Parts: sequence; C-alpha cells; structure tokens
Amino acid sequence: MNQFALAFAPDKLEEAWHVFLTEFPAGLWETLYVTLLSTLFAIVLGLPLGILLVTGDEKGIRPLPKPVMKVLNVVINFLRSVPFLILMVMVIPLTRVIVGTSIGSVASIVPLVVAAFPFVARLVESSLRELDPNIIEMAQSMGSSTMQIIFRVMLPESVPSLVTNFTLAITTILGYTAMSGAMGGGGLGKIAINYGYSRYKYAVLYLAVIVLVLLVQVFQSVGSFLAAKLDKRIKK
Amino acid sequence: MIELRNLSKSFVTADGPVEALKHVNLTVNDGDIYGIIGMSGAGKSTLVRCINMLERPTDGTVLLDGRDLGALDKKQMQAVRREVTMIFQSFNLLMQSTCLQNIMFPLKLTRTPKAEAEARARELLETVGLPDKANVYPAQLSGGQQQRIAIARALATNPRVLLCDEATSALDPRTTQSILELIRQINRDTGITVIVITHQMSVVQEICNRVAILENGAVVEEGEVSQVFSRPKAAATRQLVFPEMANAETQAGSGYGQLLRLVFEGSVTTNKPLIASMAIECGIAANILGASTRTVGKREYGYMLIEIPGGPDELARALKYISGAENVAVQVEAEYRAKEGA
Repeated sequence: MNQFALAFAPDKLEEAWHVFLTEFPAGLWETLYVTLLSTLFAIVLGLPLGILLVTGDEKGIRPLPKPVMKVLNVVINFLRSVPFLILMVMVIPLTRVIVGTSIGSVASIVPLVVAAFPFVARLVESSLRELDPNIIEMAQSMGSSTMQIIFRVMLPESVPSLVTNFTLAITTILGYTAMSGAMGGGGLGKIAINYGYSRYKYAVLYLAVIVLVLLVQVFQSVGSFLAAKLDKRIKK
Repeated sequence: MIELRNLSKSFVTADGPVEALKHVNLTVNDGDIYGIIGMSGAGKSTLVRCINMLERPTDGTVLLDGRDLGALDKKQMQAVRREVTMIFQSFNLLMQSTCLQNIMFPLKLTRTPKAEAEARARELLETVGLPDKANVYPAQLSGGQQQRIAIARALATNPRVLLCDEATSALDPRTTQSILELIRQINRDTGITVIVITHQMSVVQEICNRVAILENGAVVEEGEVSQVFSRPKAAATRQLVFPEMANAETQAGSGYGQLLRLVFEGSVTTNKPLIASMAIECGIAANILGASTRTVGKREYGYMLIEIPGGPDELARALKYISGAENVAVQVEAEYRAKEGA
C-alpha cells in the first residue's frame, strides 16, 4: 500500500503529467484511428455475414444448404472463442502478408478485425432477428425480391438496433485496442503497459485508463443518442 | 375471378402432420366482397396465404382468371403479387418510414419514377382520408389510421384483388365500422375484388355478399350471405350466426318431442305471433328453447329453436302450420343432423 501511495507522490504526478502532454496526443490519435478503422472493416465483413446468417437460415427468406450454415456458424463460434491475445499471435502470419509487419498500430488492425468481425456478424444477426416476421411477410406479399427485402425492409427497419449494436462493437474494439498495446500495437494501451507495467509508473497507467474510460463514454453517448434519434417508433 | 380447386395444405409439425386445408373448392367472382369465416385454427390464414402463394398448397390449384398460380416462376409470382395485394391484422407498416414512403413502397419495388410514385401515394392518402399524414411516422397514428395507410399501400399498384387477413380484428368496433366502410367504398369505386378473412360474423354481415364457412380446414357451407344466414345448414355456421343458440341446442337434448329450427326473414314476420297462434289454432304448445334476432345487410333475421311435444302427428301438423306462414323457414333438427353426417 505504501508503495502504491508512493506511485502517486507529487513528483510522480508531475512526471505523469509530462508524459500525458508529450505522449498522450499521439497515443490517443493512434487508439482512435485503429479503433475506428477496425470497426469499419469489422462491419464491412460482419454486416453481410450477419445478413447471411438470418436470410440463409432454415426459416429465412433465402435458405442456404444446411451444411453451409453449419460451417459458417462453427467458424464464427471458433473465432469468437479464441482469447484475443492468443488470436493476435495466431494471425501474425496473416498480418505480415497484409501489412508487411506484425508490429505497430496499423498491424494491430488485422487481428482486431479478425477478432471483431464474427462478433459484429452475431450482433447484426441479433438485430435483424428482432424484426417482426410479419413485416417480412408483408414485403413478400407485395412482390419483393430477396435483395429488396434485405435492403428496403430488413436493414432500414433495423437501423436503431444496428446503431446500438455497432456502438457496443466499437467500445469492445476500443478495449481490444488497448490490449493490443501489449503485443506490439500502439496507442494508449501501449503507453499504459510501457509506463505502468514495465516501469511501475502507476500514475501514467491510471491516466491512460481514465482517458480510455472517457473515450468509451463518448462513443456510448454518441451511439445511444444516434440510436434514439434515428428510431421513428418513438413518439415525439 | 379466383378459383380454388381441391386445395389442400398440410404441415409437418413436431406432433406429426397437420392438415390445415382439406380439399377446398371456392370461386370468387370479380367485384365480390367474399367472406371466409371460421373459428381460430380453422385454416383461414393458411387459405388466404395460399391465394397469393405465401404458402404453397400441398395439393390442388389456385386459378387467377384461369392462370394457375402454382405454375408461375418467381418473377411471374412477384408480378401477380402486385395484382393480389394484402392487408393484415397487425397492419405491418414500415415503422422507420413515413406514411408516404410506406405507400410508395410497392411502387419502389417496381422502380416506378419517384415523382409518379409520390403523386400516386398522395392520391391514395386522399382516398383513405388521411391527406395530412404524408410525413408522419406510423407510430404516431392510431390503429385505425395505420390500417388506412396499409390499405393505401395495398392499393398503390392498382391491384385487382385485395386480401384482408383479419384486418379489423385489432380494432375497436367503431374503427372497425369505418375501415369496413372504406373497403366497401373502394370496392364500389374501383370494382376491386375483396376477400375478407375473419372470425367476426359482424364483419361478414357488414360488407360481404358471399361467404364460406371454414371448419377444421374444410368448407362446410358456402353461398350468398343472406342465404347462408337465413338457412344455416352446418353446425359451425349456426354457431357463428347465432352463438346463443348453440347452447340452447345442447340443453335441449334431454327433452321429449321433436326439435324444430325456425328462421324468420324480414321484419314482417315479427308482426304476427306465430307460436302463440299455433297454440291457439292447432292446440300445440311449443316449448321455446331459444330465440334471437340478427340484422344482415339491411334485413332482419329471427331465429328460434322450439320443441314440439307429442308424436309424429303433432309434428306434421306443426310443420304444416309453420310452413304456411310467410317468410318463415322451418327445419327439423334431426334432418340437420342427418345432413351433417352425410
């Protein structure tokens, strides 16, 4: 405890403040773009996959062969059950192929996307499954094609739920970004690990955590606000 | 004209196969408002979904103007569904779209130019009496208003047939009235054929000219509404037309004598005290087990279940006397049972 208190002595705090001013702006920027890009790519891959999980279902609007759905589900469950730190190591060869290196902020985007897109697919699946099946039936009764049902009914009707779930995805990915700092990734996670874990500068670590918490708050608030704003079911 | 020929549909469930429809034969003529009525579970929803092939019949055919809908490919089926549109119990509006966008929805599917689609949608908003709701979202509307928007949407593609699946079941009686009035008006103005699925006899009374009674997936009775109501043959029909009388029948089983079922048609029949005068003139004191009146369209119908004491002689005299009265139909209950058994 005493040692812990020492970590927050005035001189330590001053040092932390110095780190905050010199290293945090770049760290924050790295964290932000890694998070945003990873989320973007995860959605690009996860959204179609999530749609496929719903439409290709036995009772979906375009059932796919059962073995195909089985394989999709097994792959998604596999990727989702591997702990992120281990996944990062597992995809190093892939990262090298795509980025050229496995170290640094840009390189960390690859494992982040691999970890997040199955998660996003499941989120999209749950959003689309919330939709009243009667609405789908209505669209069919009006002569909609499969694509028209997806793009004119399922997705537009699910926008508020999708925004809520994408917010969940971005905050989760933000957490993973910090974790990637331990495995060669950049950003606030790296600063926290380098100063707090390697050099016992707890004050820096705590500052990094505070900034991360604030970031989550901002993402969550913006997401919740957007979801509510976009939902036309709420009577105004 | 829509013809259902020997239509059957069975489902495989966890408890084994279920026959939802059994050899249904129906003909709906152009301009009809055709009621299909039955208790829940009778197969009404399956039947209506077979008409636009949302459910594929297991057997039999659906003919739209002689065209076999079961034989159409996907594209052709989508085209038919713009001619045979549908409204639903739960309205099924797109909740994230405005009323105008909802009505334009079927037109967007066919890539109708936006200006044209919008003009058509605004015209339909007028038709259904909600011209000021173009940019309002469905959540801000009452149930009746939502159904009006759904009707406008169903009419957007100028269909020839409108399927109404329990369209008023979620509405209160007054709103039901106004929606039925709207459907009747549209039928009158455009000549659209309407098929009304309902469990409410009042809906059939209100707007239908023909009716089919569905029980356990089979049509047990079919015909002009006035005919079916004045001479309900099947037990299921009687149950629907005069629900009160269904109970009287079960009570009457232990009595002696013969049960007669009387239907009085038109208010003129209520001018004469038939049962009382039969007691005086024939000396037959009929026991009234139940009685009820109904208004179908503009006509009054009375319905009575009586018991004639004594043997075949009394029965014959009573039948003769009652048959002599104007606008009264009489049937012996035993005959009903025999018919149903056949």
